[in-house]
Amino acid sequence: MIRTIAKKELHSLVSAPSTWWMLALMQFLFAWFYFGRIDDYLQVQAQLAQLDNAPGATISVVSPLCSVLALMLMMLIPLFTMRLIAEERRNRTWVLLLTAPVSAFHIVLGKFIGLMLLIVFIVACCVAMLSTLMLGTHADIGLMLANILGVLLLAASYAALGLYFSALNRQPVIAAAGALGVSFGLWLLDLTASDSRGLLRAISPNSHFQNLNTGMVNSADLIYFVLFIATLLWLTIRQLNNERRRAS
Amino acid sequence: MTRRFGAIRDIGLYSDNMHEYNTATAMSPPVTLSAQNLVRHRDHRVVVDNVSLELRRGEVLGLLGHNGAGKSTTLQMLTGALPPHSGKIQVCGFDLLDQPLQAKACIGFLPEHPPLYRDMRVDDFLLFAARLHRIPSSKLAASLELSKQRCGLQDYGRKLIGALSKGYQQRVGIAQAIIHNPAVVVLDEPTVGLDPAQIRDIRALIRELGNSSSVILSTHLLNEVESICDRVIILQKGRLIYSGSSAEMLTNGNMEEAFMLITKNGAAAT
Repeated sequence: MIRTIAKKELHSLVSAPSTWWMLALMQFLFAWFYFGRIDDYLQVQAQLAQLDNAPGATISVVSPLCSVLALMLMMLIPLFTMRLIAEERRNRTWVLLLTAPVSAFHIVLGKFIGLMLLIVFIVACCVAMLSTLMLGTHADIGLMLANILGVLLLAASYAALGLYFSALNRQPVIAAAGALGVSFGLWLLDLTASDSRGLLRAISPNSHFQNLNTGMVNSADLIYFVLFIATLLWLTIRQLNNERRRAS
Repeated sequence: MTRRFGAIRDIGLYSDNMHEYNTATAMSPPVTLSAQNLVRHRDHRVVVDNVSLELRRGEVLGLLGHNGAGKSTTLQMLTGALPPHSGKIQVCGFDLLDQPLQAKACIGFLPEHPPLYRDMRVDDFLLFAARLHRIPSSKLAASLELSKQRCGLQDYGRKLIGALSKGYQQRVGIAQAIIHNPAVVVLDEPTVGLDPAQIRDIRALIRELGNSSSVILSTHLLNEVESICDRVIILQKGRLIYSGSSAEMLTNGNMEEAFMLITKNGAAAT
């Protein structure tokens, strides 16, 4: 049942022209940043070479670009998640899922997985672009894998957050704005926190992404992401169940 | 969470349960849908007030009433689209609130606004609806063909739903409601937006569905009730003011007069 819903969700995301416009724009911006970064690296490469233990191309190019990718996904994902539940409510197609013999658990997981499949495709396109780096230099595969893992986990967190806001709202635009606002707030928490180990940084997904961004795969960070995603999906399921079982 | 998983697995038992249920009430056709004392408010106003109804297999029940009488709200509650503030609903012996998955597996619903994904093709949409209702993949193609044939959609499988006319969209809505061959079919104004020839076909289809399952439909068209419904209930301001066979209603003249008389008396009583 989860597979049926995930497949349908992926199908409707992929068949919307707006999805491809957004992806094209994102690829263009990403390519722009990529070339800019390589250009910067080439300019300072000669000076870097004189240092002991000089930073390589991967840490100088791939890591910053993955931060940019994470930021782009933060802005892009609410536009997809708003369609998952809020727009179905507005288009009155939600009743099909409400009256079908499927539980909220199936609906939420199906929709989340459907969106994650699209996100994996988006990230794969960007990674394909980054791997052209290997044509000219030796890339640090471990660092790249840590970055890919980090971007995917962060994107999954944004997707779960967006899905929750989508379940709370009837208006897609409000769902998107709410999810973007909270994601942005969490990002600012990380940016403005004064101490490096404080509570504020601990609750921001971005600070956990930073470790992966620098190539440090820390089990505490992985557990944080799993908990963050699971909690939001659970809240979404609860929200839908409340609506279905209790009259308000 | 484990309880919910358990409930999903129980769906396999639905046919056994149904069998026992049928033999227990072998004398008269079994009750497939029963609702007791349904109440629903909206903004401190009572929309549906203490409505009870019962539907037996092989019966077509017409739900009549003026605009805003609570017809659509009642039908939404019967299908699980809207939870009632109080009352009980049983479908094929399963409680709609306690065992929603089993109960919903027995219902097909066409709401007032058909729930259609405009960017999907007719075939893809109907297959999605069929999978949602847990039709095994070996029977998917046969179910799809049958429901398309019943609704006259054979040549429209590859068309985008958004590009279809209102009448054909309505047909797709009916097709998704009957694709899993449900025991109870709930249709909210099924013939709205159809041309006369389509109306005739859909009425014949509803009669045909009434032979094997139970159908409950709401309508404004009194001749529709006369030609296809076995029984009629009339709602006024959320209350049930009349319940009887359509033949009974016709004893005092034509349907329209009978309806006007009942609603007038109902208004005087409240």
